[in-house]
Amino acid sequence: MKSAIRFVRIRTRLALVASAFVLATGCAVIPPDSGTSPIDPLETYNRHVFEFNERADRYVLKPVAEGYTNVVPEPVRNCVGNIFGNLADVGNALNNLLQGKPADAASDLCRVAINSTIGLLGCFDVARKAGLTKSNEDFGQTFGRWGVGPGPYFVLPLFGPSTIRDTFGRAADVYADPIHYVEDDAAQLGGQSLRVVDTRAQLLRAGQLLDGAALDKYRFIRDAYLQRRRNLVFDGNPPRDRDSDEEDAVDKSAAKPDGVESKTKSVEPKEEPVPDQPKPSPTR
Amino acid sequence: MRNLPIGKIFIAATLALGVSLSNAQTKEAPAAQSTAPDALVKSLSNDVLDAIRKDKALQGGDVAKLQKLVDEKVLPYVNFEKMTQLAVGRGWRQASPDQRTALTREFRTLLVRTYSGAVSQVRDHQVQLRPMRAQPGDNDVVVRTNVVAGRGEPIQLDYRLEKSDAGWKIYDVNILGVWLVENYKNSFAAEINQNGIDGLIKSLTERNRQLEGGKKA
Repeated sequence: MKSAIRFVRIRTRLALVASAFVLATGCAVIPPDSGTSPIDPLETYNRHVFEFNERADRYVLKPVAEGYTNVVPEPVRNCVGNIFGNLADVGNALNNLLQGKPADAASDLCRVAINSTIGLLGCFDVARKAGLTKSNEDFGQTFGRWGVGPGPYFVLPLFGPSTIRDTFGRAADVYADPIHYVEDDAAQLGGQSLRVVDTRAQLLRAGQLLDGAALDKYRFIRDAYLQRRRNLVFDGNPPRDRDSDEEDAVDKSAAKPDGVESKTKSVEPKEEPVPDQPKPSPTR
Repeated sequence: MRNLPIGKIFIAATLALGVSLSNAQTKEAPAAQSTAPDALVKSLSNDVLDAIRKDKALQGGDVAKLQKLVDEKVLPYVNFEKMTQLAVGRGWRQASPDQRTALTREFRTLLVRTYSGAVSQVRDHQVQLRPMRAQPGDNDVVVRTNVVAGRGEPIQLDYRLEKSDAGWKIYDVNILGVWLVENYKNSFAAEINQNGIDGLIKSLTERNRQLEGGKKA
């Protein structure tokens, strides 16, 4: 029974992937320099999938999330979001452990213990009020911590921005997700669907910011994703990117009326953090 | 949450901009001169949170009001020209003074306009400073903060500040690990490669006009 439903879901996904290309053919705008960036050799493929995802969101996911927000009162939605957050803490703990951060892993487990009991099955995040900060870890970050580079940017149908590394990470994440082990198929499917809707609902009011801010939405999201993932791998303290602004800002004097030259930053760590380096407390 | 937490970015963006806005409230106190950069960011953050909570027009995303405030008050504290220069990257050298002015103006408008819709998101947010690793005497520092919101992880919100004769000035903002200037670089470079500096100015101007004509926040 379980495998039957899973099979159906896989088939559905394949169908959606296939329709991505049908739907997106001729719709995605492919700039002439597509694929020339070393971070994004698959850009042309990615743009087609991105366009498909945009449509899937516009016509399906966003309306559903809007309906959810309109029908379900805010306290209930907060509860739902917290319950999923509580489940995610299990994976956070596992990944923190794999990244050699036992203290953080222990903190995550304490969160699960407290929130699952006093917090009424995760409905309330009481652990946060007790000072236990929520983590954000996954297998993509763990692989990164182990030294695996992100590889090319890779947009997944329906799941959105990713990289080759993070795609493998996502596959592994499934096994750190408690919902994966729910016996009842309908419950599992329902849980996963609700989680998707909950996540999307949290982003509803923000969507238009992104539409407005970007000259090229695809690249804006891509670059933000890559920067953010790198930041997450290093838990908020990434080593400075040599290729970054200093090099490009050669012509400083001409541009600065007050004539103050900026010094090379000495405030950020030059070295890559070692895995067991204690983190400056609430960095995440 | 694996996806980009855009909601948080939205809120953080409000604060980022708002930090600058808060100076509108304290015009006669140009604290930047002597204040340490982290203390400056902290007090400005708190000021702006208060200001937004009190001002219904700002909460409603009044673009004109916000734009006016920024034009009048923000410039002394945010180095938009440096932001623009860094985002434009290598192309900046080829740009004429007029082009540089136009780029800065349009980029600033884009940022201000984009964020003006975000202010209605601010509720019970609080700003906490994270440890800073600057040496005394540094002229260019990163001030790191966390924005603690109603639920979920804290929002990482960092600022790059540079010390000038006029005091500390913000020239880049990091929202959840994403440096704003860095994020515009690729798009700007691609536009310049294809259509030159004027092409970039044109597409920025067009985007601003679209935003103006479209839904207001």
